[in-house]
Amino acid sequence: MSAFSNTNWDRRSVLRAAMGLAAAGGLAACGSNNGRGGGSGSGTNLVQYFHAYGEAGTEQAIKKYAAAYDKARVTTQWITGSNFESKLFSALLTDNAPDVFEFHPQIQLVKSGQVADLSDIINPVKDDFNQADIASHTIDGKIWGVRMIDDPQFFYYRKSMLEDAGIEPPATLDELVEAAAKLTTDKVKGVFLGNSVTPVMNPLIWSAGADTLDDKNQIAYHTDAVAEGLAKLRTMFKSGHMLLDAPADWWDPSALTQGLVAMQWCGMWAMPVIQKALGDDVGIIPFPSSADGAKPAVTNGGWSMFVNAKSKHLDEAKEYVKWLWIDQKEYQEDWSLSYGFHIPPRTSLAESADKLKSGLAAEGVKLFNEFGHFDNPAWTQAMIVALEGVIADSVRKGGNPEAALDKADKTVNRELKKLFG
Amino acid sequence: MSTTTTPGVAKSPAAAQTPSVPRRRGIRGRTLNFWLFTGPFLIGLVIFVYIPIGWSAYLSFFEARFTVTPSEFIGFDNYKYMLTNDKFVDSLVTFTVFAAIVVPITWALSLGLALLVHRIRFMKAFFRSVFFLPTAVSFVAASLIWKMSIFSGVRFGLMNTVLSWFGIDNIAWLANPDPPWYWLVIVTVRLWLQAGFYMILFLAALQNIPNELYEAAAIDGAKPGWQTFRYVTLPQLRATSTAVILLLLVAAYQAFDEFFNLLAKTTWGRPPLVELYYTALGENQDYGAGSAGAMILTLLICMVTLLQGRIMGFGRGEESK
Repeated sequence: MSAFSNTNWDRRSVLRAAMGLAAAGGLAACGSNNGRGGGSGSGTNLVQYFHAYGEAGTEQAIKKYAAAYDKARVTTQWITGSNFESKLFSALLTDNAPDVFEFHPQIQLVKSGQVADLSDIINPVKDDFNQADIASHTIDGKIWGVRMIDDPQFFYYRKSMLEDAGIEPPATLDELVEAAAKLTTDKVKGVFLGNSVTPVMNPLIWSAGADTLDDKNQIAYHTDAVAEGLAKLRTMFKSGHMLLDAPADWWDPSALTQGLVAMQWCGMWAMPVIQKALGDDVGIIPFPSSADGAKPAVTNGGWSMFVNAKSKHLDEAKEYVKWLWIDQKEYQEDWSLSYGFHIPPRTSLAESADKLKSGLAAEGVKLFNEFGHFDNPAWTQAMIVALEGVIADSVRKGGNPEAALDKADKTVNRELKKLFG
Repeated sequence: MSTTTTPGVAKSPAAAQTPSVPRRRGIRGRTLNFWLFTGPFLIGLVIFVYIPIGWSAYLSFFEARFTVTPSEFIGFDNYKYMLTNDKFVDSLVTFTVFAAIVVPITWALSLGLALLVHRIRFMKAFFRSVFFLPTAVSFVAASLIWKMSIFSGVRFGLMNTVLSWFGIDNIAWLANPDPPWYWLVIVTVRLWLQAGFYMILFLAALQNIPNELYEAAAIDGAKPGWQTFRYVTLPQLRATSTAVILLLLVAAYQAFDEFFNLLAKTTWGRPPLVELYYTALGENQDYGAGSAGAMILTLLICMVTLLQGRIMGFGRGEESK
């Protein structure tokens, strides 16, 4: 060190330079990408959160709509990664919370006062919405979110592969287990139910004649038929007939289009890509019936727009949501049909959607109407995670399904008690 | 400190220097300097460490869901819930298993690498850099490579391709916990990322062992190879080894990224930090229970660290040699 102290680099000037740099860095950080970036003074800045849609052009589309809005500057945070929920929920507690965000209707958002009542903007056009969507967004007589898209989820299968194996599309869970076995070769796996197998948990419950919760918000999923269904999924898992650890998970059609599987659980959003890759060699079926006399099932997922109740620009945020998701029908149509396929929740748009009126898309709409189950707002994220634990314990780990369901009951009951007393 | 030749001077180096440097400032100046230099660090410590710990302790006694400013006091209920919660207790077991595997393996591998690189006569700098380079890779990026290309479950995953040459079926490395191949994925990624760093520490220590010791050992009849390593090299590396093990344990405690990125929607393979993340920050947003868990964990870490200090004698200075 002694060599240094003799030079012109005295400590004070070094320190001063370092502090200057640090201060400049701090200032730079203030102006950096915090989602509220450099407003030029005119009007309000709004921030919206979207999870990363997989279809090409979606991010540009959302940003294009936002740019077309002239009453506020809207910044989009396009959240990549698989844990959108976590990022959204944590952000909602902070001052950097989004003003507007997409999510699914869940009652804890309402109970904890995190989302604003949107009844006044939806009520005038209430009759033009799919009534099931209105019902799933209504809590305590108020409507809390605007549905943007409805996304039915079902099985896609390769017609040629089923023909080669000499089988019909399965109509029961037993037939699915059998089909998976017959379709598995050394190059191709029988079915892909997602790397974690969790996307089929709800369809399994519904196709066994049960439900997540009953009308009184009590557990309805814990039945013998559901436990048996879990055991059958375990059979497929254990015998190596499922595709697992695929680089692209179930929401991406790659596994099917690359010929890794014969059947894949996926959503209607992937239909254009699948048809482009496979042409006519693809069909769709609902999750097959898994108990005597029970109907097959389709998950009617989707995304809705919510307004952060604690937003500093609450009225402006509501105004923006009304402008884009209620008034701007051409954007809504573009969003539903130009990238992936989604069913527009607006009846008038759904009726005029020619792309959904023929071929496989029309079949998808039929499955949606006939076998679809919509979101239950009382079925919250913590409960969803509890049932994901059931799949992990019983299907992947091979534990007793009854024990796994008992374990989930504890968590779900704790949640229900907190929500409904 | 090159001037401290005798123990007597070492005790008061400042006093030894006083005559040459005129005293310009009094006690007040020194105090000011003390705060000037430690201040920024202390402020950071208080804001980012002590306040959160305090807040966490406060939250742990409240029903705090979807809020960090709760109002409903519930006493020790959160603690009761976490301690009777199988998941939290399992996570402690997971950590113990993880540490028991990863600490000795990394220690042995990095020591082995250091010995090899130390011995090598050509391209020493090249090998040193090659082994050290992975340290610069982020855990998240490495996890993704491990998950999506090396240990992918499809037939064209690297490992599955290699196995298929020997006629072995595809293995679902991460999805299927039976047999628990996921440990292989998790341990190898951490090994690849860390071994190089600890290798450098060992290398530095190896270079500090005086050659005279080896000469003396050779004269005393110690055979080169194992005997010399066992009775000369290893004892000389004791201090470094202790430090490396301590650092490895701390790193294992902080393990989060690879578990979080490699294992999705499981009920197994969750060390405490991952479990607490899911409780407090994930979908549950149960800050009360999460904080209670964090407090329990803090207490455990304190106890283990104290115990470890007792056993390994780290930080006891001269006596430990």
